[in-house]
Amino acid sequence: MHADTQNLSTKASQKIHSPLHQFEIKALMPLHIGKYDVSFTNASVFMVLTVLFILIFFTGALHKKRIIPTKFQLMAEMLYGFVAQQLEETAGKEGKIYFPFVFSLFLFILGANLLGMVPYAYTVTSQIIVTFSLAMLVFVVITCVGILRHGRDFITYFMPSGVPKVLFPLIVPIELISYLSRPVSLSIRLFANMMAGHTMLKVFAIFTVVMGMWGVAPLVLNIVLTVFEIMVAILQAYVFTILTCIYLHDAIHLH
Amino acid sequence: MDVQAAKMIGAGLAVVALMGVGIGIGNIFSSLISAIARNPSARDQLFPIGLLGFALTEAVALFALLIAFLILFL
Repeated sequence: MHADTQNLSTKASQKIHSPLHQFEIKALMPLHIGKYDVSFTNASVFMVLTVLFILIFFTGALHKKRIIPTKFQLMAEMLYGFVAQQLEETAGKEGKIYFPFVFSLFLFILGANLLGMVPYAYTVTSQIIVTFSLAMLVFVVITCVGILRHGRDFITYFMPSGVPKVLFPLIVPIELISYLSRPVSLSIRLFANMMAGHTMLKVFAIFTVVMGMWGVAPLVLNIVLTVFEIMVAILQAYVFTILTCIYLHDAIHLH
Repeated sequence: MDVQAAKMIGAGLAVVALMGVGIGIGNIFSSLISAIARNPSARDQLFPIGLLGFALTEAVALFALLIAFLILFL
């Protein structure tokens, strides 16, 4: 991004891109199956890169397991331990079998968010379709877990215990709507965070260009914001994971 | 009224929601600080909960910011 602003200031007459220009999807390998467009785009490249990055990191860190861990092995173990602890604290002992699902979800979102902070990289999680697919996956898995574990009793999920029967016509629709709106809120939270953050960085970068000499002030602010954005990237991956754990707890134990 | 001017006013109005978010985040951290001050040994358990509350509240601010951006740039 820094080089981008320098480039722009040297050619002041050049049109400045809109801050939303960074989210544009370009098809690198156009591909159509029937009437569906399944082109390999710049977003797909970064999804593949995220997965490759995670794979290389973990195989590199853990290919030789040592008693005295190397730095990378320590990082991998910390990540594993962190998610395992969160899962056990929120979803309980029965939730442990869902660890691979939760851990890969956490790693993918964390990897995509952090990879998006690299200048010129594309932030995959700033596309609502990506986050919505992830949230929908969580929603379907959790509904399946609830139904497989409890069968017909899953209905009681929408009837909190201790509520008088008279209130059921009011409570059940509310519970149902709040259950169905989970994938929406889960996906919009991640998407809005990443998109608003990256747009904000670009808006301040444009200020730097436009303000000339005084552009130092927004540049300093941009450096602070970059640190903040890295924090948000980690925090949002954590929030997505912890909410998945909380939903898992609800599905396993009902109310 | 000029459409561009109306867009600017709309974007300004959209971020009024930040007022509530400011109060909310202030509340979260003030409670977190007073809780830790009362029982410093509970810090490790309270801090992640505080961060979770912060992230959930901050998301509301970002929804408003998103709407403002959409009005301004689309």
